[in-house]
Amino acid sequence: MRRWGRDALLAVALPSITLVVLLALWDWAVVHFNVPSTLLARPGAVVSELYYGVTSGLLAKHTMITMQEVVYGFAVGSLAGFVLGAAVAESTWTRLALYPFLVAFQMIPKVAIAPLFIIWLGYGVTSKVAFTASITFFPVVINTIVGLRSVDTEVLEMMRVFRASRWQTFWQVKMHFALPYLFASLEVAMVLSVIGAVVAEFVGATGGLGYLILQQMHTLETARVFAVLVVLSLLGIVLSWVIRVAARKALFWHESERGTPS
Amino acid sequence: MTTQSRARDVRILDLSKTFETKSGEQIHALKDVNLHIQPGEFVSVVGTSGCGKSTLMRIVCGLISATRGRVLVSGQPVERPRDDVGVVFQNAVLLPWKTVKDNVLVPMDLRDRRRPEHEQRAEALLAMTALTGFESKYPFELSGGMRQRVSICRALMCQPSFLALDEPFGALDAMTREAMNLELMRICGETRATVLFITHSVPEAVLLSDRVVVMTPRPGRIADVIDVRLPRPRTLKDYASDLFNDYTTRIREHLGAETLA
Repeated sequence: MRRWGRDALLAVALPSITLVVLLALWDWAVVHFNVPSTLLARPGAVVSELYYGVTSGLLAKHTMITMQEVVYGFAVGSLAGFVLGAAVAESTWTRLALYPFLVAFQMIPKVAIAPLFIIWLGYGVTSKVAFTASITFFPVVINTIVGLRSVDTEVLEMMRVFRASRWQTFWQVKMHFALPYLFASLEVAMVLSVIGAVVAEFVGATGGLGYLILQQMHTLETARVFAVLVVLSLLGIVLSWVIRVAARKALFWHESERGTPS
Repeated sequence: MTTQSRARDVRILDLSKTFETKSGEQIHALKDVNLHIQPGEFVSVVGTSGCGKSTLMRIVCGLISATRGRVLVSGQPVERPRDDVGVVFQNAVLLPWKTVKDNVLVPMDLRDRRRPEHEQRAEALLAMTALTGFESKYPFELSGGMRQRVSICRALMCQPSFLALDEPFGALDAMTREAMNLELMRICGETRATVLFITHSVPEAVLLSDRVVVMTPRPGRIADVIDVRLPRPRTLKDYASDLFNDYTTRIREHLGAETLA
């Protein structure tokens, strides 16, 4: 077998073995120590809850709500973060006027202001989108600023020699050099936005996966909570994967994506 | 290929540049530099680091302004970067997300007028620098010497009548550097551009130039201008000739005398 074939096989086989071992250990522990199902359900029970959730449409309904909150919140938060970051990096006036407040606002524990969003925007999706956006905003602002300032002065001089306008230099050069930083922050922001949506639903909601977890908690349906957790992590994995694929496409020229030849 | 209809002259008149350090100290990077480069002439500037040769270069291509004096290219004062002044930096400074051809076309694209004749011109320049077949490669797929050749093509894209090169081969290994020297002589022969070439390699300056300007540091001043009367076309064999050694010895005496004083 050729080398890459063996590597690919191992890349699938090894994590699968880990998964099976962990699940077996979990199942054995529940039975052996006689753990009540309200504390920790057996893996089989979680799977059947998952099956029920999928076939009844319950999981799909709540997943759609949470996904909406995550995607909109992420989009609004990172776009706002990029625009503000660019304004701060490009203009001294904006930096002097806004930067101290950015730093101060970042210091507020975001979870503590989640109730305010519910008061202002109600129990629906809007308050979750707003809260998620406020959480994803900061990493993107900071990395946009750092990225736009990371541009090599030699490249900027070259652009001056070719008499590029400020606008051209920004979009055709600075943006590209900022992209690796921007994508790194988007990956973080994507993880944070899933957390943001779930936390906001905990505070007050009428639907969504976080709301579903709270409901099951009240009736001690632990197996169902685990089923929701599985869906949540799948959601996170898929959304982060989308970001990584986009990064790979956009940063093919950058060291971080070139990797080692196979 | 002809790069421009006529090569033009460059006049550097009473040029001085003073920088102020953070502590308020005045540093005279250049003092009363006068130089007249004839149309189509190849002039090198050699000197130890800190003699102001890079400052001279940056003033000549309009990146910074002089404290006193001025630079005229074809009679027009240089106040900001101009289309008729091509610049090659020490590093190739290519945009890593653009292909070789797109990098060469950057100056054209910035003017928002990429046309088939520009693409043809880029291809012709790449052919002249032996880069045919590499048009759609990315900079990270090229060697250092190839990257610098792309950078030279890019500088020639706007059909400059005057080419300023700031230690363009300083980052290359000795073998590549020699090959690039021959290449540059051929390109200059074909384009007939007026050239100002900054270097810290004395043999390189002698091999390439019609005249070598020796600069001394603090304040940066012209110590001597040496006419190099080696017949053209020159080859690497010229390195071994007695005449060549006379020139390099003479230049080194200047540099040594000034730096040890």
